[in-house]
Amino acid sequence: MSPPEAKLVCRNIWKLFGQGAHEFLEKTGGNPTLEQISTEGLVSAARNVSLSVNEGEIFVIMGLSGSGKSTLVRCLSRLVEPTAGEILFHGENLLAADEKRMIEIRRHKMGMVFQHFALLPHMTVLANVAFPLEVQGVDRATREDRARKMISLVGLTGREDSYPRQLSGGQQQRVGIARSLAVEPELWFLDEPFSALDPLIRREMQDEFIRLQSVLRKTIVFITHDFDEAIRLADRIAIMKDGEIVQAGTPEDIVLNPATEYVEEFTRAVPRAKVVRAGSVMTRDDGDAPEAAVSARATIAEAAPLFLQGAERLRVTGESGETIGVLRRDDVIELMMRG
Amino acid sequence: MADVAATRSGSVTTTTAWRGLVVFVLALAAFILFWKFGEDIAPWAFEYPKKQIIPAARWISDFTKWLLNDATFGLFTFTDLTRFIAAVIDFPYKVALSLLASGLMSGPGSSAVQLLPPISWIAVTAIVTLMGLYAGGRRLALIVALCFLFIAVFGQWTSAMVTLASILVAVPLGVVGGLLLGIAAYRWRWLERALLPILDLMQTIPVFAYLVPILFLFGFGATAAVVATLIYAMPPMTRVTMLALRQVPSEVRDLGNMIGCTRRQMTWRVLVPTAKESLMVGVNQVIMLSLNMVIIASMIGAGGLGYDVLAALRRLDFGAGLEAGLAIVALAIALDRLSQAFANRNAATDETQARGFMARHPYLLAALGFVVLTGVAGLFVPAIQAYPEALQVSTGTFWSRVVEWINVNFFDTLEAIKNTLLIQLLVPFKRFLLSLPWAGVVALLAFAGFLLRGPKLALLVAALAALIAATGQWEKAMITVYLCGISVMFAGLIGIPVGILSAERDRLWRWVKLAIDTLQTLPSFVYLMPAVMLFRVGDFTAMIAVVAYAVAPAIRYTVLGINRVDPRLVEAGKAMGCTEWQLLTRIKLKLALPEIMLGVNQTIMFALSMLVITALVGTRDLGQEVYIALTKADPGRGLVAGLAVAFIAIIADRLISAGAARARARLGIAEEPS
Repeated sequence: MSPPEAKLVCRNIWKLFGQGAHEFLEKTGGNPTLEQISTEGLVSAARNVSLSVNEGEIFVIMGLSGSGKSTLVRCLSRLVEPTAGEILFHGENLLAADEKRMIEIRRHKMGMVFQHFALLPHMTVLANVAFPLEVQGVDRATREDRARKMISLVGLTGREDSYPRQLSGGQQQRVGIARSLAVEPELWFLDEPFSALDPLIRREMQDEFIRLQSVLRKTIVFITHDFDEAIRLADRIAIMKDGEIVQAGTPEDIVLNPATEYVEEFTRAVPRAKVVRAGSVMTRDDGDAPEAAVSARATIAEAAPLFLQGAERLRVTGESGETIGVLRRDDVIELMMRG
Repeated sequence: MADVAATRSGSVTTTTAWRGLVVFVLALAAFILFWKFGEDIAPWAFEYPKKQIIPAARWISDFTKWLLNDATFGLFTFTDLTRFIAAVIDFPYKVALSLLASGLMSGPGSSAVQLLPPISWIAVTAIVTLMGLYAGGRRLALIVALCFLFIAVFGQWTSAMVTLASILVAVPLGVVGGLLLGIAAYRWRWLERALLPILDLMQTIPVFAYLVPILFLFGFGATAAVVATLIYAMPPMTRVTMLALRQVPSEVRDLGNMIGCTRRQMTWRVLVPTAKESLMVGVNQVIMLSLNMVIIASMIGAGGLGYDVLAALRRLDFGAGLEAGLAIVALAIALDRLSQAFANRNAATDETQARGFMARHPYLLAALGFVVLTGVAGLFVPAIQAYPEALQVSTGTFWSRVVEWINVNFFDTLEAIKNTLLIQLLVPFKRFLLSLPWAGVVALLAFAGFLLRGPKLALLVAALAALIAATGQWEKAMITVYLCGISVMFAGLIGIPVGILSAERDRLWRWVKLAIDTLQTLPSFVYLMPAVMLFRVGDFTAMIAVVAYAVAPAIRYTVLGINRVDPRLVEAGKAMGCTEWQLLTRIKLKLALPEIMLGVNQTIMFALSMLVITALVGTRDLGQEVYIALTKADPGRGLVAGLAVAFIAIIADRLISAGAARARARLGIAEEPS
């Protein structure tokens, strides 16, 4: 399998707030410790962050408040200017782009959803969704046509002429999602999009998001403080603490092999069966493959009901349906008993 | 752990507070010793040496003369610039005036012929009523219609329309100018830094003070009045704009960047529309301040209602003055309610999507219809064009009689009250202040500044106070301080208890709020009338007017402070079994203290601004100095005295704000983000 193409790569990103951050970073050889930073009177938001986001994947950056995740995502789109580092988008260094080029890239290649929706209060839903296109100078008929499509995509048809204040929180965020998709961005940033919503609505919006992504296949950087949300949505997760990425990997990786005690704290309450995939628990095919099959990408929780029909073993299939292993009932039970 | 640390830091602040008090008492003792026995040792500290006086007034006058006669920017002279500004303002003013008051005139001066009459009184009333209906519904329409009918019935129509014409010109210019300046200051930090102290000064310097240079630069007349109004009404709009833009959520700004807005799109498509609600508050302020100023600017030729009040005040014709004053009130109420309704409307209702010009603009068409119809009908029936004189009501004589009756029957009582207060309180306080050595006062103020915040504040306070002395205005400044101090004391004695009472009682507060809201929409001129009627001219009258004007913020901030006290703390107090009295004195008032201090601060600001206007009723303070400069068209003298008032205001403001901040810190209440 060829490695997936990296869409967005960032290397050694630093963001320090305060006077003389640049000079300080140079003076300390580009790698100061936390103590050095605080004695200098600076505040660190991102420390030596390197990550790469692949084409078509959901990359979740998870961290508690103050961990620097919101600043990091703003660095990636240069809403916040990083103090040092390199950001490559399609191989183009964003930090070297001038203001005009940045406007160009943001207008056509990036979309962003905000925690508190950031809808313009004086515009209708339709005008809000069409606004990014209006800013580009797209003519009225085209942009409203596109906006209507986006509104129907997020299931808000019929509310085009409402104003944001007349909508519920969930509906407002749907408008925010529709707006961010209106320019058909290649790179989609979501900054805690569901954190301001009630738990039930949040769940519903996560399902909606999964549905959208199955249709759209965007490259996504998703910020959250909710570990369960990260597990549910992510292809890969990066966990941030004090501006640093403490661990990055697939949800399964992180749950099974937490790198630090800090990460382990989060994973403790996560049911393994919901994270671990059949491909990780299967044993080698011993030639005597059963009828019932399950995809290697399915989680154990998804595979478990199949054993209810009395099967002792399940065939595990790869991407194109070929048999790559066998999932045994005892292994599944053992994993589920572990929690 | 945390608790221990908190108690320890608490006890530390208490001990430093005690030490501060001891030091302050020592300083006070030193001051009193110096005051009692210092005159022989250092006479210069008691009376500022005449030879050392900085002739700032003469410098400013010379500078203005140079500006007018010699200043040039290369391509054009300064006079060209003022003429240009005058022309820009003059044209729209003439248009507004012809529409509302004079009609379209042709030909020079008094031989002018009226080509077209002004918009009829019925049409104007109909237009504002329709605006009320459009913006706020039937109730508002009724209020506005009644206000304008009132003006017509009492025969104040033409004057009111002259005033309205000035406002119609000044408000759009003030709003647009303030908005642009605010946006510019938001974008460039250096401009903001340069602008803030100027805005501070503009809000504290008494209005009379800049009437003089304007009079000098623009001559006597309506144009000069509009310029003065602009200068007066623009700073708050600038401030509101800066604040409103900064309050736009950072996410909305991120959104603008994220979708690739250019700077212009960011400003006009994202920031300004998002901040619209707050900006409308600024528009309302511009309207009310313009009205206030247009009235005051009648002294430099604004004409209209202000002139009527001023003329009546000079003739001591209370009836006429009161009627013009009430017409101002009616106009103020109508404009205030209308602009507020327009501000709220934008936030609340949706634009209808109806098609066709007729369907989309029913109000506009109805208004135009009224103008044309009554205009044509007015050519045949004069009563439609101008409110018939026969139907006018004048209560002027009635009010004069009432005042006469009061004076005949209660003269002795009123006079006794006045004299007692004057002799027992006002005069001794004035003597006391005048006997203080200026150098000692400067030192004491600086010391207070040092204790409250630090050397920077001490330096500022001392420098400003010393400048007042150095320009030879110490004595007049002390009279200002005395009148202001007495008035603020009375305003506080009335306002704070009223505030405490109404904070606890919703029904009472509703009425009190209505009363002070209405009082605050009144132009400051109006306050003088009843006071003069009952007590004639003098310090006492000035004090009454100032107290009436300045009591509103004292009430408002007290209520605000008490209502902001965390209800959980009150609940905790109740749970401990506090009596109502204990709740009030031990919890609510203690925690509301910083807020109340800010209220006192505002009261001082209001008092100072009113004090200058009371120069009309014969005080002898800095305000009088400004007023005299105005009548003599001496810009230097006026500005120097005006600046001295501003300095007093700034000293009081900085010291009290520092005190409030300290009180907040001691109570552990976070500083509000400003």
